[in-house]
Amino acid sequence: MDVDIVCVGFGPAMGGFLHTIAPKLAEMEAPPQVVCYERADGLGFGVSGVVTKARGIRGSFPNLDPAQIPMAAAVGEEKVLYLTDPYGASRRSAAVRALDAMARVASRNYAVELPYTPPFLHKHGGLVLSIGQFNQWVSEQLMMTGTVQVWPGMPVAEPLIEREAVVGVRLADQGGDLGMDIRAALTVVADGPVGPVGRRLDERFGVPPGFERNDWALGSKMVVELPADCALAPGTVFHTIGFPEPDIFGFLYVHPGNIASVGIFVPSWFDNPARTSYRYLQHYIMHPFLWQYLKGGKLRSWGAKSLQESGRRGEPWLVGNGYARIGEGSGTTNVLTGSGVDEAWTTGVQLGEGVLELMREGVPYTRENLEQAYLCRRRASWVERESRVAENSRNGFQRGFLTGMIGMGLAGLTGGRVCVHAHSRASQDRMQSMEKYFGGRIPLAEVEEIDRQCRADGVPLHDRMMERLGWPKIPYDGELLMSHQDALLVGGKVQGAAGFTDHVSFLDRDLCVLCHRRICVEMCSGEAIAASKDNDAPVFDREKCVHCGACLWNCDNIQFAAGGGGLHSAEN
Amino acid sequence: MSDTFHIVVCGGIVPDPLQTLEPVGGPNGPALKNEMLLPHVLDPWAGHALWEAANLAKKTPGSKVWLVSLAPKAKLQQVMMTVAQRVPLELVAVDGPSGGFTDSAEVAAALAGAIEAIPGLDRARLLLFGGWESASRAAGATLQMVGERLGITEQFQGVDELTVGDDGSLRILERVEGGQHQVSKCAGAPAVLGWATGNLPEPANSPQVGMQNMRLILPALQKAKPAQVSTGCTYASVALPKQMRETRVVKDTPVEDIAREIVEWITAG
Repeated sequence: MDVDIVCVGFGPAMGGFLHTIAPKLAEMEAPPQVVCYERADGLGFGVSGVVTKARGIRGSFPNLDPAQIPMAAAVGEEKVLYLTDPYGASRRSAAVRALDAMARVASRNYAVELPYTPPFLHKHGGLVLSIGQFNQWVSEQLMMTGTVQVWPGMPVAEPLIEREAVVGVRLADQGGDLGMDIRAALTVVADGPVGPVGRRLDERFGVPPGFERNDWALGSKMVVELPADCALAPGTVFHTIGFPEPDIFGFLYVHPGNIASVGIFVPSWFDNPARTSYRYLQHYIMHPFLWQYLKGGKLRSWGAKSLQESGRRGEPWLVGNGYARIGEGSGTTNVLTGSGVDEAWTTGVQLGEGVLELMREGVPYTRENLEQAYLCRRRASWVERESRVAENSRNGFQRGFLTGMIGMGLAGLTGGRVCVHAHSRASQDRMQSMEKYFGGRIPLAEVEEIDRQCRADGVPLHDRMMERLGWPKIPYDGELLMSHQDALLVGGKVQGAAGFTDHVSFLDRDLCVLCHRRICVEMCSGEAIAASKDNDAPVFDREKCVHCGACLWNCDNIQFAAGGGGLHSAEN
Repeated sequence: MSDTFHIVVCGGIVPDPLQTLEPVGGPNGPALKNEMLLPHVLDPWAGHALWEAANLAKKTPGSKVWLVSLAPKAKLQQVMMTVAQRVPLELVAVDGPSGGFTDSAEVAAALAGAIEAIPGLDRARLLLFGGWESASRAAGATLQMVGERLGITEQFQGVDELTVGDDGSLRILERVEGGQHQVSKCAGAPAVLGWATGNLPEPANSPQVGMQNMRLILPALQKAKPAQVSTGCTYASVALPKQMRETRVVKDTPVEDIAREIVEWITAG
């Protein structure tokens, strides 16, 4: 099938692109045909509560009233809090324990508000959003223009490449021989950090000098209906550090209607080989500071997503003959300010403006023309300027939590001129063995016995390890605290649409049998990858996969292809 | 007798059945809490009817499928982005509430009016499809009333299979108690068929079908007329059942084991 422009992935970046071109297409006598394919089974897919300065978004909607967007609020009170560990179960260095001792003097509910918050962390004038609701709101407006078509439930398998040019995409196979080929003069790629089209482009065309994507994080969040008597106002923003582990950052954003997004980021430099985001998230929400607001609340939905956190260092070739890349997969996330949605949106707008320019001039979408029309805009913008400041801001976390915080502060306060120098390593290269990580706190023989039992039972290690380390059992209440599998069924759906094949597979199954860490099982956000009881490679159940991509980040022996489905909660 | 059909499928949209749906009192009567935030799907019963309609139309060239839906326009548009990729159809949209609290007779009147206004619809060849139940109301009354308003006397409910004879006659399997089917025959269209589950899986997405449908879906949404439907009754109070979730997702478990576990759970309580 032939179209003029084919777009891959519908998120904030694609929203920015399509919103920029759609009104202009409506003015054309014979507008080009623009089609966008999104893997998820709804256009309200998104896995993030967001606080954003919204500079680019407000630029696209100059008279934006947050009330127009469900679950959106203007940013109000902002706090950065240091949380100490009420259980004594987390792994804290001597320096962090010393910090804890000082913090306790001024703490209430095991939390201290930082007396000074550097300006680069503030989001004054910005918005608290549900990215799912924002995407849905944008898609409604786009569709009513009648000039672009956005199709959910249609994963794109790979780009079509002929004579070093991208000439369209191939859709994922739905049970036939091959997916349909969609040929187009321009392919806009916004399929995120683990998207198959973006990865295939990197394989085929290579990456720029200095490119690396070792830093990433797994974001895991809940949408919670707050208790009726909760005093938190819409727009309230809490950023936290220090708990459930020093390396894990957290957040709580309050939406209108007494709803909050609360979540954590488990970073790639957290070396625990039995790490889990869901269990840590449960402990996070039960921290006494947060629990004073959340106790009595109800879980409305849950989700997880991996984030590319190498920022500008993870920027691929942004344009080539017949294609352009925007959004998170193009390296837009600002790791210093902790923001990405507005940056992604803005790169979409920049490409949209560039494409309109090329349409007016009637010139083809060659690398040179796209460089001139899109790349120059991006390089001259605040997105580029701020990403350079942030480029090395998180290096210090390779050496530890406190060094990382100092490095961020230095980079932020000096405009990126001063930073901590540290070599970034991929998580599979730096992750510690069970013996090393737990050895100082649990007798080695006991670690081995717990591992043996878990393998025999076909369950992940993390629950038993955490409880052995002193983390309390989760008191399930069926409302806010529930099993991982229950959370998957609240507020959304995990679907593995008929016809598609498994999108996660294990390249060398013998290697899996020999693997001691099984991080793919431990960190799987949907418990879709489970240990085999038969001493075989893990088993994958695509009906549970939320497409977070953590398995791909964690292990080179995983193939993560295009697939339909994933958790769909329009409130995430 | 014609061997082609004009198949009209009545299908509403409902919040995804996996949601916890909490009825609340709203300014216009009962509603679901945060209804506009919830992801919606085509009513599963109507979905079965639509797949069967498309299959019948494919087998009888010259036939045509309309989907008539009463729902909030914005939500209907979202659902159509998925449904429109599945089967060729022409949408007739009626803008109105879809929460299941509306009066069935008024909904039926609005749907019947929309069907009567379809240009070129041949009532002699009309097969009126829909779900015999609905995920939002489960009463199974609406489709029957639509049929009555259209003057169709041949009505079948709980349909699992429709076979069209060479002479255009219809052989229909309707569900009856005890897992049995009642076999009925009628001379042909017009007829009302309220589908149970049918026998067809959800069709795969087709980009071409989607693009073909979309040419007519957006104009249909833009000209959707508002429906005058009321709740028809008042609800004194509504309470959600208390729940304790303890889900395990398992596969290939024998029915006997599932039954035994449920009995153990009930008796333990």
